[in-house]
Formats: sequence, C-alpha cells, structure tokens
Amino acid sequence: MAGHAAVMEAPTGFIRKYIFSIDHKVIGIQYLLLALFAVFLGMVLSAFMRLRLAWPEEKWPLLQQIFPQGFAGGPMTPEFYLAMMTMHGTIMVFFVLTTAPLSGFGNYFLPIQVGARDMAFPILNMLSFWITFVAMAVMVMALFATGGAPIAGWTSYAPLSALGQVAGPGLGAGQTLWIVSIAIFCVASLLTSLNFLTTTLNLRARGMSLLRMPLTVWAWFTTAMLALLAFPVLLAGGILLLLDRVGGTSFFIPGGLVVSDQLIPHQGGSPLLWQHLFWFFGHPEVYIAILPGMGVTSHILSTFARKPVFAYKAMVGAIFAIGFISYIVWGHHMFMSGMSPFSSMAFSITTLAVGVPSAIKTFNWLATLWGGQIRFTSSMLYALGFVSLFVSGGVTGMLLAQPAVDVALHDTYFVVAHFHIIMGVAAIFGIFAGLHFWFPKMFGRMMDERLGKIHFWITIAGVYAIFMPMHYLGVAGALRRYAQLTEFDFLRPMQPLHQFITVAAFVTIAAQLIFVFNFFYSMFKGKRAGANPWEATTLEWIIPSPPPHDNFGPIEPVVNHGPYEYSVPGAAKDHIMQTAPAEEARR
Amino acid sequence: MAEANVGELTATWEGGVSPYAVGHKKLGMWLFILSDSLTFSALLIGYAYVRMASDNWPTPFHLWPSVTMATLMTVVLLSSSLTMVLGVSASQRGDRPRAVRYILFTILGGLAFIVLHVNEWLDLIHEGVRLWENPWGVPLFGATFFTLTGLHMFHVATGLIYLGVVAAGVSRGRFTHEDVEVSGLYWHFVDLVWMFVFPLVYLLSISMQ
Repeated sequence: MAGHAAVMEAPTGFIRKYIFSIDHKVIGIQYLLLALFAVFLGMVLSAFMRLRLAWPEEKWPLLQQIFPQGFAGGPMTPEFYLAMMTMHGTIMVFFVLTTAPLSGFGNYFLPIQVGARDMAFPILNMLSFWITFVAMAVMVMALFATGGAPIAGWTSYAPLSALGQVAGPGLGAGQTLWIVSIAIFCVASLLTSLNFLTTTLNLRARGMSLLRMPLTVWAWFTTAMLALLAFPVLLAGGILLLLDRVGGTSFFIPGGLVVSDQLIPHQGGSPLLWQHLFWFFGHPEVYIAILPGMGVTSHILSTFARKPVFAYKAMVGAIFAIGFISYIVWGHHMFMSGMSPFSSMAFSITTLAVGVPSAIKTFNWLATLWGGQIRFTSSMLYALGFVSLFVSGGVTGMLLAQPAVDVALHDTYFVVAHFHIIMGVAAIFGIFAGLHFWFPKMFGRMMDERLGKIHFWITIAGVYAIFMPMHYLGVAGALRRYAQLTEFDFLRPMQPLHQFITVAAFVTIAAQLIFVFNFFYSMFKGKRAGANPWEATTLEWIIPSPPPHDNFGPIEPVVNHGPYEYSVPGAAKDHIMQTAPAEEARR
Repeated sequence: MAEANVGELTATWEGGVSPYAVGHKKLGMWLFILSDSLTFSALLIGYAYVRMASDNWPTPFHLWPSVTMATLMTVVLLSSSLTMVLGVSASQRGDRPRAVRYILFTILGGLAFIVLHVNEWLDLIHEGVRLWENPWGVPLFGATFFTLTGLHMFHVATGLIYLGVVAAGVSRGRFTHEDVEVSGLYWHFVDLVWMFVFPLVYLLSISMQ
C-alpha cells in the first residue's frame, strides 16, 4: 500500500507543519508535549495533597494569599484537598497515562515500525489530537470553575457526582465540565483507535507479516482495541450522568436520599449502575495505560541484551490474553459495593487469571536478559525499572483480587500503593524508557546518558520510598480519600510515616527537573545521533534521524526478518536489520 | 526467530493489497460500528438494569396509536435499508444516476422516520411524559425512553446528512463505489439498532388493558 504515498510533499507553512499538521510524527510529539504539561500539572496537584496529609493543621500564609478559598482560615480545607485528589487522578489517568504511551509514541512509531508513510486517516489523526486538546482545556477550566474543582474523585461515583451543587462545592459547574471533558476525550480516543487498528492491518510494508511486527506494535494494536471497546461505554455512562445533572433524570440517584439536610426529589436510580458502567471502562483503561509500556519494555530489553525476545509468540499471546481478560474483571473494583458475593467470586477468579499471562511476560523478560550482553543505557535502566515496578505492583494485585482480603484493604492506602506502582509509576517508567530510547530518532540528537542515569536512580528510589510505606499504612488501616488522618487515635502514631512520604515525594518531584532539563537541553545541544545509534533492528532505525516527512523517502521497505534478530549464530554482525536480504541469517 | 522465519516465508504477506481485501474506509467504518454498538449496548443494559430494579415499570403503549406508529416507523426504516441496498448495488454496477436516486429514496425514508418519531415524542410529551416524570409512575420510564430513542434519532439525523453528502459526491463523480458502500454500512447499523430499540422499548411496554 505504500506505493501511492510516494508523492507526499512536506507542508511548508508554519501552521500546516507544526500546528494543524497531518504528519503522524508531528502529532505524536504534540501528544507527548500535551502529556508533559499534564504530568507536571498533575504532579503539582499531588504535592498539595501530600502537604495536607503530612501537616494537616499547619498554616501556609503564602498559599493562603494565592488560594484564599482553598486555604480559608490558614490550613488547606478538606474540600480543596478532595478537589486536588480528583483532578490529580483525572489528569494523570486520561491526559498522561492514556495520551503519552498510546497516542504519543504510538502515533510516532507505529506507522514507521510497520513500514507505512503515515496513518491510514491522517486528517482524523489531526482531529483526534485537537479534540484531545479541547478536552484538556475543558478539564483545566474545571479546575477554575465557580465553586471550585470537582471533588467526586477520578471515578466520579454517583450519587455524589450526579446531584449538583447541593452535594458539595465543586459539584456544580466543576463536575459538569469534568463530564463534558471526559465525553470529548472519548470521541478523540475513538478516532485514535480507529486509526491505529486500520494502519496496523492495512498499511504494513511488503513482508511485514503479523508475526514479524515488533512487540511495541502488538501492544499498541491491542491497546487500541481496548480503547475502541472501552471508551464508548464510558461515553454512555457520561451521557446518563450528564442527563441526571442537567436533564432531571435519576439514572444513578436512588429515592429517599438526604444530602446536606435536603431530601433529594429523585427516585428509582442505582448508584451501582454507574459503578458497573464506569469500571467496565475503567478496568480496560488500566491496561490501556500499561500495555504499551510492556511492549516498549520487551523491545528495549531485547535491544540492549542483544538477544531475541524470549518466546515472541507467547509474548503476543500474553498481550492478547491480558487484553481479553481485562473485560471480564471490572467487578473487582466493586467488592465493597454490596454486589452479590457470587459475582464477587467470579470476578475474583477472572482477576487472579490475569496473573498467568502477566507472569508469562515477566519470566520471558527475565529469560530475555539471561545470558545476554547487557548494555546499561539509561533507557535500559528504565525498562528494568518497569519490570521491577510491574512485579511489585502486580503481586499486591493478587492479594486485592480476593474479596475477603479486599474488603479489609479496599478503602486504605494499600490500594493507593498498589495502583500507583503498577498503573502509574510502571507506566511512567515505560514512557521514560521509550523517550530515552527513541529521543535520538525523534530529534536527531542523543539525550545525555549521565543525567538520564542520575534521574533514573533518584526516581526509582523516590517512588519506592513514596509507595512502599503506603502498604504499611494500609495494613494499619489508614483510610484513603481522607484529607486528615490525625483525627483517629489509632492512626496518629503513623503521622511521621506520612511526613516521610511527603518529603520523599517532594524530592522525587524536584528530581523530575533533571529530566526536563535533559529533554530540552538535548533537543538543541545534544550529541548528534546517527540513523541507528542503538544498533537496533526494526524499521525506524533504517531511516535518518529525524525521519523525513514521508518516512522512507524513495525507499520501499521490504521486510525479510523478524523484529528481534540479535546475536544470530553465523551472522556477520550481532544484529540483522528487518530489511536485510533474506540470506543474511544463513550466512 | 531466525529459524521460524525460514519456515514462515510462505505465510508472509506480500504487500500491495490489504490482507483482508478491505479498504481503509470500510475497515474504519466497521470499527466505528463496533465501538458505537457498545455505546448502545451500555444504554440498553442500563435500561434493563433500572427496569428490573423498579417495581411496577409502566406499560403504557396501546396498540393505537403508539405501537402501530412504531411499527410503521420500523417498516419505513427497513424499507430505507432496502433502497440503500439497491443504491449500493447500482453503484457497484457503475450506474451512478440510479445509485443517487436510491440514496435519495433512502434519505426520504429516514426523513419520514424522523417526522413520525418526532410526532410520537410530541404526543407523549403532550400526555405529560418528561425526562423526570410521567403519568404512569416510575420516573425512569421517560428517562430511558427519551435517552434511547433520542440517541437513535441523533444517529438517524447524522446519517441523513452523511447520505446527503454521499449522494452529492456521487452525482458529481467525486465519490467512489466504496464510499457508497461504507455509507450503506452505517445506515444498516442505524437500522439494526432500531431493531433492538423497537422490541425492547415499545413491545415490552404494551398495555395489556
């Protein structure tokens, strides 16, 4: 299919080239920059939360001047804390963990890795970025809405989220903007996933059979499938929630509800329905965040261990299995909801089953490393960090999958620790790994290795210092979603631990400036990169760095090899490019 | 993977044509339909959920006028699917004028559906059915009715604009047969959704008196 695209001409005007670009590479970078902005915003919000949790009664005169409402009377108000929590979760999950690994790297590298000159629908691709941008803008507006930002959490549980202003500050205009933003995001995500799936199926270069696709492509492909089938359900839930708020319906509002001393005049709805609709989306969403990281990790471990990925087909199968199982486990978020214990048991078994493909992946990663000639680049360190975090966060998932254990731990910091490590930090390490790996391809310059390694070591020590103690807090019974835990006698002795976590969080946040400096400094002043600085084999490394507008220029890539042919016995070099002549393997 | 590759050369896709002989637009539309069907499924399951959770769900639709009109709407919509099939088939034979004519018939069918449906809505609104209340009890009856049929009507209306664009494009020779076929997929999907909405919303709520 690549033939007809050979006449693509690069746009020349600034706006068509950098703003409303239909070039998948520019769009990928746009997504990454959007995610970079969002991740810093989300991090600042989490800093506010940590501040309140560590020193709940402390007064902050400077902050009081900036946020007279949020710091009314000196200390941070609990409502402000809840608003920070809601917006932190929402921005991180939707605009960082969904945007960067899938839309960012996927847009840039999926077409190149399959040998295409652009996405199947370039204009839809541009639209999907700008729709995401609008969703982000509306979400930022929710932060500044009259009455404050929403406080219903990133899950926006009904009936709290469905009632409007009466249920609390921020649940008026703020919550409405939240729903609108998420609905817009659903549309953008639909366009993205359409594009990814069509491109993977229809635009592969000659010889790029399905089992010669890099595992990154398999991961993006499966993730796009998850997004295609998960977001429409959230959209439906969002429509109903919006109707409850502005249309007077009561889908999620039960009868006889008294809130803020007022009888709510709705009847007949079910808050559980929202939870079902939300988590039918919400659980696949977790894998939307983590699967691309798994693909990137497999890719990078193989490259820097100079060995083929161990059991490539099992890796593909495991990606598919994880994707499939993610649709039948949503009830494990609802063990506490009063759902039938029989359903709990079914959901528990399916959830434990996720452990099987996850373990297949983990052991295959270890087997890939085994006996390799490992090159410890900063990108490799992040990939190894991903494996470490994936295991640490995954084993607690096996604990929480059991209803009897979950009932005790569900509303505690144990769950906060679990999902932050596996969904948040592991996915972020996948992003860091990918960024350090592909930076030379995207910008034609190398990132500074020494700064990258310093950043890695501080960050991995930092995130473990933040989240490991939270397990302990959770087992001790510290409740999540509370702005203040010193009110409970049995939790007061734990306060120094909270202060330690806060200090660790501030140090880790500050260390991210090293990354930002490295990113922008290397973009302009880094060492020039050749076409293939890592001696890797896949298609993005046969073209110049950065790639030209039509990716492959006059070349029509023909693929003769699998994606991970490192250290092939008898071959002249330790790696065989996918486009090398077919005889190369036997020589 | 070295040894695997030698064995798999025969299974290698040779490029040039897409592996499933499906063009981008058609594949894209199928994926959209897959996604959109989940939106409708979620709403229908939500409807089933609140209906089962409510005592005395109202069954107010009499044979005349509601059910008869809804049946007529079903017939009109199904006929428009038939004309769409004829349009696609004419376009496949390269008979552009006939294709355009059949697409226009389809648009006419869709318009008739919307007119009948809006009329039905107005009747119910006149009887006092709102999103938040109705004369027969459980308030969620009106909420589910208007949400489901409203989202479907939105899809029909969008489809009319889409078909209009396709008809104009075909008559000027700017659109190919694939465009017609893809718009046909969308139209049949909208029709299929109605085949779920009609029995679940109307026929399950027929008044027994």
